[in-house]
Amino acid sequence: MLLEIRGLGKRFGGLDAVKNVDLDVQEGQITAVIGPNGAGKSTLFNLIHGFYRPTAGTVSFNGRDITQSSPHSSVNGGIARTFQTTHLFDDSTLLENVLAGRIVRSKSNVFDAIFHTPRHRRESALNHDKALEALEFCGVAEFRHDLASNVPQEVQKRTAVAMALATEPELMLLDEPAGGIPEEETTDFGNLIRSLPSRGVSVLLVEHKMSMIMDLADTILVLDHGQKLAIGSPAEIQSNPDVIRAYLGSTKDEEN
Amino acid sequence: MSALKNPRIIGTLAVLLIIALTPVAFGDENYIMRVITVGLCSAIAVYGMNIILGFTGQLSLAQGGFFGIGAYTVGLLTTDFDWSFWQAFLVGVVGTSAIGYLSGLIALRTKDEYFAIFTMAIGFIIYLTISRWEAVTHAHSGVNNVKFPEAGDIVDFSNPTVMFYLVFIILLICVYITYAIRRSSVGRTLLTIRTSEDLADAIGVNVGLSKQLAFAASAFFGGIGGGLYASVVGFIGPDAATVDKTFEFLMFILVGGMGTVAGPLVGTMIVTFLFELFQDFQAYRFIVLGPIIIALVIFAPRGIVGYLGGFIDKRARNRRIGSAHKDGTAQSHSTAEANGTATPDDSVRADNTADSDGSTRPGTAERRETAADTITTEDEEK
Amino acid sequence: MTLFTQQLFNGVALGGVYCLAAIGLTLVFGVLRIPNLAHGSLYMLGAYVTYFFLTTVGVPYVAAIGIAALILFVLGVLLERLVFHPLRNSPHTHHMIAAIGAMFFFQAVAQAIWGADFRRMETPISGSLKILGAEISAQRIVIIVTAVVVLSLLTWFIKRSIHGQTIEAIEQDRTGAALVGINPAMVSMLTLGLSALLVTIAAGLVSPINLLSPTMGDSLNLKVFAIIILGGLGSLPGAIVGSFALAITETMTSTYISSAVGEAVAFIVLVAVLAIKPTGLFAKAVQR
Repeated sequence: MLLEIRGLGKRFGGLDAVKNVDLDVQEGQITAVIGPNGAGKSTLFNLIHGFYRPTAGTVSFNGRDITQSSPHSSVNGGIARTFQTTHLFDDSTLLENVLAGRIVRSKSNVFDAIFHTPRHRRESALNHDKALEALEFCGVAEFRHDLASNVPQEVQKRTAVAMALATEPELMLLDEPAGGIPEEETTDFGNLIRSLPSRGVSVLLVEHKMSMIMDLADTILVLDHGQKLAIGSPAEIQSNPDVIRAYLGSTKDEEN
Repeated sequence: MSALKNPRIIGTLAVLLIIALTPVAFGDENYIMRVITVGLCSAIAVYGMNIILGFTGQLSLAQGGFFGIGAYTVGLLTTDFDWSFWQAFLVGVVGTSAIGYLSGLIALRTKDEYFAIFTMAIGFIIYLTISRWEAVTHAHSGVNNVKFPEAGDIVDFSNPTVMFYLVFIILLICVYITYAIRRSSVGRTLLTIRTSEDLADAIGVNVGLSKQLAFAASAFFGGIGGGLYASVVGFIGPDAATVDKTFEFLMFILVGGMGTVAGPLVGTMIVTFLFELFQDFQAYRFIVLGPIIIALVIFAPRGIVGYLGGFIDKRARNRRIGSAHKDGTAQSHSTAEANGTATPDDSVRADNTADSDGSTRPGTAERRETAADTITTEDEEK
Repeated sequence: MTLFTQQLFNGVALGGVYCLAAIGLTLVFGVLRIPNLAHGSLYMLGAYVTYFFLTTVGVPYVAAIGIAALILFVLGVLLERLVFHPLRNSPHTHHMIAAIGAMFFFQAVAQAIWGADFRRMETPISGSLKILGAEISAQRIVIIVTAVVVLSLLTWFIKRSIHGQTIEAIEQDRTGAALVGINPAMVSMLTLGLSALLVTIAAGLVSPINLLSPTMGDSLNLKVFAIIILGGLGSLPGAIVGSFALAITETMTSTYISSAVGEAVAFIVLVAVLAIKPTGLFAKAVQR
């Protein structure tokens, strides 16, 4: 099992944002987390990645306990993430952005840079290649010299994925990767996500676009009020009475 | 060789050349040589500030303190303990870096205003120690007759021109180190923190450790600058370690351009010159300079070198767009291609983009918006 | 024991001064999100303006403090308008640098007008009281009483008056406050003015005990920052508790250890606190 979550919980003040969640993410699969707004999806991501410290439960990755690890060591261990609102370095080019994703895999230090050692040269070239490859994989290589703030939303979203890819993850956490992308482009974007497992990158994603989820996901976890409502294949979820009830009650939320 | 086509590098080399030649013009004027050499010592310390403030985006107010530790270590060891300059200098630099590294253990956990106030406290503790620990530091009587560097019979460091070249060579090394850091993934790491600590964290940057090392590096430069300063002027007092010293450095870097390679040197030299001009007014100079600092930070936060860099980038971009229109292809496509062919390696590019934002690597989303605004308005101007 | 009581009173009086200075600073931070590094120089100017009206113009002591407080209020408003307002969307380092520029400017102005030498301010309040065997100067009692009165008025102002409530609203939620029609620009000016006014009262009260000099604000500046970091930036109760705690610790260490240690104690405590809790002791829990 790639990622194992057991009894995970987080209390803010007296409120349970996430409570007693179990989840397994299999290697080579796409796992989705859905649920109404405020169901604790983003909190769950923040707990897995180490932005928040859980108040209960454990997270293990590749059999290693990472419950208490910080975000940067999670990335180092092979978990990358993207944010709901796209986070990019706006006044840098796309290439620079993705190169930033290479930092975690760079071994050369300040002395290598000063003395321009072979290691430094080798690594610069490698980083450049890997970054370019990630941009190409995500289909935005042609924009690589444009400033992140000057490219369309969809390109930004793809760059965020490329930046995460550049860290060479085994698991990628995507928080609403297609949010804000026009409907007609979501299919393309879905294809990008679908192609990730073939690169050896498993995916855990939160998404509101239900058609996309049903199309992409191998397994779906439904959260409601921070707790597990159901888990199963898309077909199982679609026919689960609890899920239908929860979603009918919050159709308005869904449209946001 | 492609480096010599980069206007930034040419500009930096030109500035260095001009400074290297000052002894030709003023070699006989000991006072002027002294002022310039002291300026270079400050510039070295300002390069330290550049790493923590310019690259990492954290305002350190301890730089004057580190300068003071460097100066006092050299001062006290060469007089009261009769060490040679070089031994004392080595101990001073290593000691200052160690203090920077240790206080960095706490600083790495703080950010923004907490970082600034923490470093201000560190600076003040250093100052208090120097100005009050009379038994060791002689407090307000200061330290007299700090030794010049020894060099057997090869050169005579008591000659102001020789001393100038010593400091200048060390400064060159500092400029090169800044340049090398800037181009490397180390520099990229620091700039990432300046833009957004959360995003840096999310892409695997160890923010705390990087901050600590950047802080230690700033102390390292501060120690070098201070150690040389003690030897250049021969007499030091507690004012070498005051918070005012830090603020002076701050002004230098602000005028020159935070986060640029040439900025600290350019800023230091220009403001030192201004200080000399206002010499007769002594303390009143800040009636003019205070509002200048404010005006700079409001209207021209990128500093002289930052703006020149922005100008170079704008021209480069326009040229690319111009050629794109000729080809009749879409702008973004040919932008990429034109650049790809012009510079096979990313080194020059990396420099351009890293510089293009000058000083304003904003943190929050709101701030980032304004930065984006400035970029677009610049484009529109053209 | 007498010495202890004596020093305890001195500590409380000093705490009152710190409190008046710290509250303004922490309010400014809460509302504008700016650590106003020029705060100490406002204190210094407040002292000199009081001195000017008391000694040069010759108005009574209380009136001199009142006039000075009003003048500094206006100066605070100007500082917000001319310096901080244009920088509201800049990176945080820029505010701090601009504040440093303002600080240098104020110091240079004071030095140009009143010179760099120390000056002494005479006070009409003389004599002393014997409390528990300790001799407490009347000036210190006035400080303590004034601090309590001003703090009560301030609390009343913030809880009861419209202006005060808007300050509190903005401190808690800037966007929310803007949504319900509070003008953040207006409140920012008011807050900075208020902080200058409070620090002037502090300066006017303490000047007869200390000497005046253009750099008198420097060490106070650092101490007040230490206090509001201890108390949590933006927290009023934290600032009050921190002020008295620091002042008493400082007086006691000066008395029983050495004056240099007493002067440094604020920063040692500050460093220690940040080492343990990087966001201050009473800071609201950070989500982590």
